[in-house]
Amino acid sequence: MMAACPACAAAPAALELAQTANAIQLSVPSVRCAACISAIESHLAQVQGVVSARVNLTQKRVQIVTDLPASKMVEALKQVGYDAYPLDSRALANDVDAEGRNLLMRMGVAGFAMMNVMLLSVAVWSGASGATRDLFHLISAMIAIPMVLYAAQPFFQNACSALKVGRLNMDVPISLAILLASGMSLFETLMGGEHAYFDAALSLTFFLLIGRYLEHRTRSAAHSAAKELAALEAHTAERRTETGSETVPIEALKVGDVVLVASGMRVPADGLLVTPQGITDRSLLTGESEPVSHAAFDQLHAGEFNLAGPIGVKVSAVGQDTRLHQIARLVETAENARNRYTSLADRAAQIYAPAVHLLALVTFAGWFFWTQDVRHALNIAIAVLIITCPCALGLAVPAVSTAAISRLYRLGFLVKSGTALERLAEVKTIVMDKTGTLTSPDFSFDLSDFGAQDLRIAKALAQVSAHPLSQALNTYLSDHTPAELTDLREENGCGVLGVFGQTPVALGKADWIGAGDTGLCLKIGDDVHALPFQEPLRTGVPEMVQGLQTSAFKLQVLSGDTQAKTRKLANALGLSRFRSEISPEDKSAYIEGITDKAQFPCMIGDGLNDTVALASAHASIAPGAALDAARNAADVIVIDDTMEKIPQVFAISRKAVALSRQNFGIAIAYNAVAVPIAILGYATPLAAALAMSLSSITVLINAARVGYGK
Amino acid sequence: MNVLVFLIPISLGLGGLGILAFVWTLKSHQYDDPSGDAARILAEDDVCRK
Repeated sequence: MMAACPACAAAPAALELAQTANAIQLSVPSVRCAACISAIESHLAQVQGVVSARVNLTQKRVQIVTDLPASKMVEALKQVGYDAYPLDSRALANDVDAEGRNLLMRMGVAGFAMMNVMLLSVAVWSGASGATRDLFHLISAMIAIPMVLYAAQPFFQNACSALKVGRLNMDVPISLAILLASGMSLFETLMGGEHAYFDAALSLTFFLLIGRYLEHRTRSAAHSAAKELAALEAHTAERRTETGSETVPIEALKVGDVVLVASGMRVPADGLLVTPQGITDRSLLTGESEPVSHAAFDQLHAGEFNLAGPIGVKVSAVGQDTRLHQIARLVETAENARNRYTSLADRAAQIYAPAVHLLALVTFAGWFFWTQDVRHALNIAIAVLIITCPCALGLAVPAVSTAAISRLYRLGFLVKSGTALERLAEVKTIVMDKTGTLTSPDFSFDLSDFGAQDLRIAKALAQVSAHPLSQALNTYLSDHTPAELTDLREENGCGVLGVFGQTPVALGKADWIGAGDTGLCLKIGDDVHALPFQEPLRTGVPEMVQGLQTSAFKLQVLSGDTQAKTRKLANALGLSRFRSEISPEDKSAYIEGITDKAQFPCMIGDGLNDTVALASAHASIAPGAALDAARNAADVIVIDDTMEKIPQVFAISRKAVALSRQNFGIAIAYNAVAVPIAILGYATPLAAALAMSLSSITVLINAARVGYGK
Repeated sequence: MNVLVFLIPISLGLGGLGILAFVWTLKSHQYDDPSGDAARILAEDDVCRK
């Protein structure tokens, strides 16, 4: 059909054009309620150039379709009072949850089919007989057979892949019970038999799909939040070209390229400094807390943080040759070891699956020898399979871990790995990194011994230099007016000189001034004063240490920093066990040493030097500000940087494992009652339906307890 | 028992209707942002537009 007017013909085209415009994803952590949604959406709708904007409250994101750059959108959101962070669309690329929708669909189909078949079954249980019963069974079969074949596919696939490698998992008895129950019931229906288990087959599928869906949702929520953390970091570099500079992905860098690193950015690749000087923070790589000064042609590593003015770096290694990659390889080896951890559910399945099959087989054999009736014996064996089917078991673990993980998420912790809760619950020793984990990267000074005039001189000297320590001192002394100095001169990487009235004054490194060996000193005339500074503790760290000590964990600090600084920090926190100046490999070797003594260490760390230790420890926690690699290696990420709540992670994990065990107990108790009835041949489809629903509901209610309490 | 001739098709039809409605909700992305949709019901109508 032709459009009547040009405008109508143009309209769909315009719409199409609009949809192909760029979609920007912004993370907006502070969206909380309906008012936030309308504030953001109505504000963005008024911005010129925005085609559409939609808030996703579950993921705390805004998707904006627009041609404008993301920075403009961040500004626009700032105007209405929301901090937004652009997400790298490349890192989020495959964030469509196809598997979740697939499972939900199967769950819905199984649920509706179950209800319809149950309706027909109730009629049979309450006394329908003869032709009516056969008709009802036939209709049930017509609904149940195709629905089971469709909905239970995830179990069939898992069972197949387990059998192919010669193992038994929970899905094998499940698939067997579902298939045998449907097949035998179809046969019974066609023969005009009395019992059909279509409703049991469907409700088994339905309940187990609920467990499967819960499991998937927790996993994908953690997965997409971890992806989002990765997407917050730009994986691009600014490469110098003949005419200026261009933004390229890090993978596109080649040896010999010169990249420009702005102040406050990370060095994207290993390389040599080409600008005359630079100051970087390597705490994420080595654990050193003091900024490091570099001269031209010094080696810089990917991940160092540029603290002073813009620098140029000539790339000397890419891809597999970088330090980061070497660490990543060590991490991979360590993680393989951890992946061998068998979860509680798997351990249960290893005992459960053979036991169930054996029991059904023995029942069949027993009845066959006693009655010589294959059909009757098979019917009873199938009843045993249905009754013992791990419906409650399949729900018990996922329901508890879903409740526990979502409670931890509300407390600000992201649990990335499925078995993390069980491993955290076993932890006995906690090993902590110092720089960046227990301390924050600022400096605070102890200036109680200084007179007002000294401080004014210090301030005047400090504000000249761009060195981070000077800058920190300058900010710290913001209440003081600087003294008037003449002949101000900065010696690169060492300190600042000046003259106050007639007296020469200086501020700088102790060894440069000529007093002591480390630290910052102020020299006035011939008097030298040390300016003691320390890294402040991260908020919540003393509470965390106290909480962990009351829970009787062994605490240990491992740091790449100097002995003196580590000792000072350990003393301040009341920790007696600490080690300093150790390399990343030493850290991981130390962790393995503890593991061998069955002390189950949990590593808490943030830097590249902790990464291998994070991966090789029994369990691991990383702060949200940690390096990408460290976050990837850790089991739990502290999203809100709420360190004081870390003891709760262990408490909740222990409670979750205790509840899982309790749920296993409940399921076993149900079986202990129902299995003898089934073996003796008294189990009817009604009894099977009752036992199954009751045990499932009991474990679900029990699982919900982990979400409550203090 | 003649009543079954009507009742069974009706009950099956209603069940089918339910499943169709469920498939529709799934296809139209209604489970993508559950907490957002719960909050949107409190907002003014013009903001709720998709």
